[in-house]
Amino acid sequence: MDKIKSLADLKKIRDNVQSKIELREKSENPEKSVQIKVAMATCGIAAGSKETMTYFIENLERNGIPAIVTQTGCMGYCFAEPTVEITKPGEEPVVFGHVTPHKAEEIIQKYLKNGELVEGIIPVNYNSI
Amino acid sequence: MKTLASHIMDIAENSIAAGATKIEITVKEDITENLFYICIKDNGSGMDEATLKKATDPFFTGRTVRRVGLGLPLFKQNAERTGGRFEIKSRPNCGTEVTGCFILDHLDRPPLGDVANTIVIMAAANRSVHFIYTHSTPKGEFVFDTKKIKKVLDGVPMDNPEIFKALIEMIKEEINDI
Repeated sequence: MDKIKSLADLKKIRDNVQSKIELREKSENPEKSVQIKVAMATCGIAAGSKETMTYFIENLERNGIPAIVTQTGCMGYCFAEPTVEITKPGEEPVVFGHVTPHKAEEIIQKYLKNGELVEGIIPVNYNSI
Repeated sequence: MKTLASHIMDIAENSIAAGATKIEITVKEDITENLFYICIKDNGSGMDEATLKKATDPFFTGRTVRRVGLGLPLFKQNAERTGGRFEIKSRPNCGTEVTGCFILDHLDRPPLGDVANTIVIMAAANRSVHFIYTHSTPKGEFVFDTKKIKKVLDGVPMDNPEIFKALIEMIKEEINDI
């Protein structure tokens, strides 16, 4: 890639991308996209959630998975950071723990592409009476 | 926290949680005074005096999912460990300003780290927040303003992988130049 030195260069890339985007109605159709929330509080950041999030952003499209990647706060699973909550369209959210970029790749390939569950899921807490 | 960039992200997350719509992040390398200065200023909900006093107490937190809140205390500790200082100013409904002043050449000062990635991640994940990142060194100043970037992008989201990479690259280049 050429070096990007100015906003004009950025504009060129933008136009290039714009022509590529088949207007995938990403924003209009959030219910059709996979929603990925990366926990990014002190615990998550210290454990490397930034790398995890970068990995998801850079690699989901390459795998043809329409997704929205956002941040969230601490979910209370500080022991298992970086944690990621993934909601597939029409399904219950699933929380994964210890999601390093390596684990993220496994999640993309197995869970998101093939629907297989992978190790490291944090079960939903039962409501106690 | 291994890098100052992580601290910046951590503190800025507080701002986002406080409902800020504008976050100004300033990094200043002052070689003549031997200081490394980081300031994060937001227009979020702010804190009253009582809360502000407790903000750097590790056993105080605004959340309910856990009983500790280490973001500010860790930042304070790291700044003071280098012989620098830490300051937090806040007023309800006006916003909060957090400043960490590090001694530049102190062995315990963490490296700045990948600040370009940090800023772009936050901007991409919080589209409605206006980020202004200013990085200055004795050689010059660089400002990254998401409002201007959004204008150029004209509807193309920042979390598009190509745009994402390009933005990080751009910030890195600019910082390298100064």
